[in-house]
Amino acid sequence: MATASAVTLPDDIHTRGDVVLPDVTEGREALVRGPHDFHAVTEMVCKVNEAPIKATPKPFLFGLSLAGATLAMFGGYIGYLLWEGPGIWGNNNPVGWAWDIVNFVFWVGIGHAGTLISAILYLFRQKWRTSINRYAEAMTIFAVIAASSCVALHTGRVWMDYYLFPIPNQMGLWPNFRSPLEWDVFAVNTYFLVSLLFWFTGLVPDFATLRDRATVRWRQVFYGALSLGWRGSMRHWVTYEKAYQILAAFSAPLVLSVHTIVSFDFAVSQLPGWHTTIFPPYFVAGAVFSGFAMVQTLMIPARHWLGLKDLVTAKHIENINKIILVTGSLVGYAYAMEFFVAAYSGNDYEGFTFLNRMGGPYWWAYWTMISCNVLTPQLFWFRKIRTSAAWSFGLAFFVNIGMWFERFVITVTSLHRDALVSSWDYFVPVTEVFYLLGTFGLFFTLFLLFIRFFPVIAISEVKSVMPQANPHWEGYEHGAEGHGAAAASGGH
Amino acid sequence: MSTKSNLWGVLAQYENPHAIYKACEQVRDAGYEQWDACVPFPVHGLDKAMGAKPSRLPWIVLTVGLAGSTFMLFFESWAMGSAYPMIVGGKPLFSVPAFVPVWYEFTVLSSCVTAFLGNWILNGLPRPHHPAFGSKAFERVTDDKFFIMVEATDPKFDLEKTKALLQGAGATLVEELEP
Repeated sequence: MATASAVTLPDDIHTRGDVVLPDVTEGREALVRGPHDFHAVTEMVCKVNEAPIKATPKPFLFGLSLAGATLAMFGGYIGYLLWEGPGIWGNNNPVGWAWDIVNFVFWVGIGHAGTLISAILYLFRQKWRTSINRYAEAMTIFAVIAASSCVALHTGRVWMDYYLFPIPNQMGLWPNFRSPLEWDVFAVNTYFLVSLLFWFTGLVPDFATLRDRATVRWRQVFYGALSLGWRGSMRHWVTYEKAYQILAAFSAPLVLSVHTIVSFDFAVSQLPGWHTTIFPPYFVAGAVFSGFAMVQTLMIPARHWLGLKDLVTAKHIENINKIILVTGSLVGYAYAMEFFVAAYSGNDYEGFTFLNRMGGPYWWAYWTMISCNVLTPQLFWFRKIRTSAAWSFGLAFFVNIGMWFERFVITVTSLHRDALVSSWDYFVPVTEVFYLLGTFGLFFTLFLLFIRFFPVIAISEVKSVMPQANPHWEGYEHGAEGHGAAAASGGH
Repeated sequence: MSTKSNLWGVLAQYENPHAIYKACEQVRDAGYEQWDACVPFPVHGLDKAMGAKPSRLPWIVLTVGLAGSTFMLFFESWAMGSAYPMIVGGKPLFSVPAFVPVWYEFTVLSSCVTAFLGNWILNGLPRPHHPAFGSKAFERVTDDKFFIMVEATDPKFDLEKTKALLQGAGATLVEELEP
């Protein structure tokens, strides 16, 4: 029986043809690289979580301290914001929305890749998703928490945020259900809750794995409580899989609706630069684009340091890069189409807004956006680049930067040139950089804790896409009765 | 029937999906009712091999989802058009297009919460203890081993015959379970 540690593997940068287990049902290369059996998959994933607390790797502790310190700073910043009010930002007439909304849209957009992987790729039977869906979903949840921290804090009187929800009150008032901002409240909260339920549902069988392997009391209690007493009953799996399908079927249109509704915050207004019908699909494409870039940013170091290269292979990196290429091209098309529509509409204000984006005082933001979002992903046409972990990580980083600037360009450049020249202004951030840094602190603290204590790969799902998971796999059919067990543990 | 009073059932271990698939077919064909297969991941087609019924969950989700959807449309119309009628943005009091996003999101929310809760309720979870957890071998059910358990309350249950059936179906280990 070959275990993960006993097998030496080639460098996986250019291993597209390195087929170990041909998948007979799919006729494609194996999704799990190397001769691993089910137990080896369990070992590979669980060893990350099962290291004793005192044996936590030093780089991890360093990362967690850094993220935790940033989160503590964010806590202080929030206190300062509550005490002083949004006057600590550079927002002023006419730029009433700036980094608060930019950060919100940035983080919500990042969340979209997780749901796309977990729901849409699931419905399309894209089995390669099983290696990456767990932490992509975790990324979604933490990104939406970071986004909520922006949008909940930008309201001014934060202690009145309960007005956002339809709570019966003594004034007989209800929220304005005709307002895009109220739509956003429902969209983001629904999105967060559904993502959380979906994520937790997927985690339960893997929590059970950790529970059954736990040797220490606190782990038995912790994972025992989280696993809800899951025992892998096939009668349970039937309902479970149905629930998973239903959650996926609802999450798929939900994720498209969320960024559509976020775009309505802009598109339903009358402002030139915001009032465009292309916004919903353009925002959704941009969200998926930025989200997949964030998946790469998180996944490439994680698979390296956690020793998961056989589960998250070059094929996964390449597939994600292909999606980045497609959505990046869609975003580039949307940028071009905005200009075309502005010219074709013959509207002076619209035309001015777009020319001003390109050559006005914020030209630097616009050209950062174009170079990062339109030019960078085009390098993924080259296979050498899109199968390289180093290139993918670097280019994904640029996409992250570009997508933050996209939201900055949309929000701030459309506002800073008001209809009257006397109202023009140039927005300069004051303390906002700490606000953005703080959301990163929040996100990475949660993400690092997740990596340490939760299974980062969907163990049961990965097993189910291995060829020997099929009861009619040819290894069983051809093997005599006595060889059945050997075939299962050896894999091939 | 068993003579032992503290017998809950019999647990048999199988080594791979193929073995448990074949074994489940045999247990099903032998006419057992109160039995179950426990596996580390959903083995494709095993529910058919067991003769397990399809889940009722989709119907529950459909019912609650439609109810939630209808409620939200009425609630929005009532809140905006009747409880505190106010003209906003020149729209009529009953302005369906502007109600769609919240209406839609609430439909999704009610359906998904139902799917989530329904999954655990129909499966009888959380259930902290189960007789199978008494078995040391059963700890690998969430790793790489496959199990069949037959309950002693099954009308066809006979300790020796049931054990022989499970053994004959290729079990590598057969244990008796206490409640």
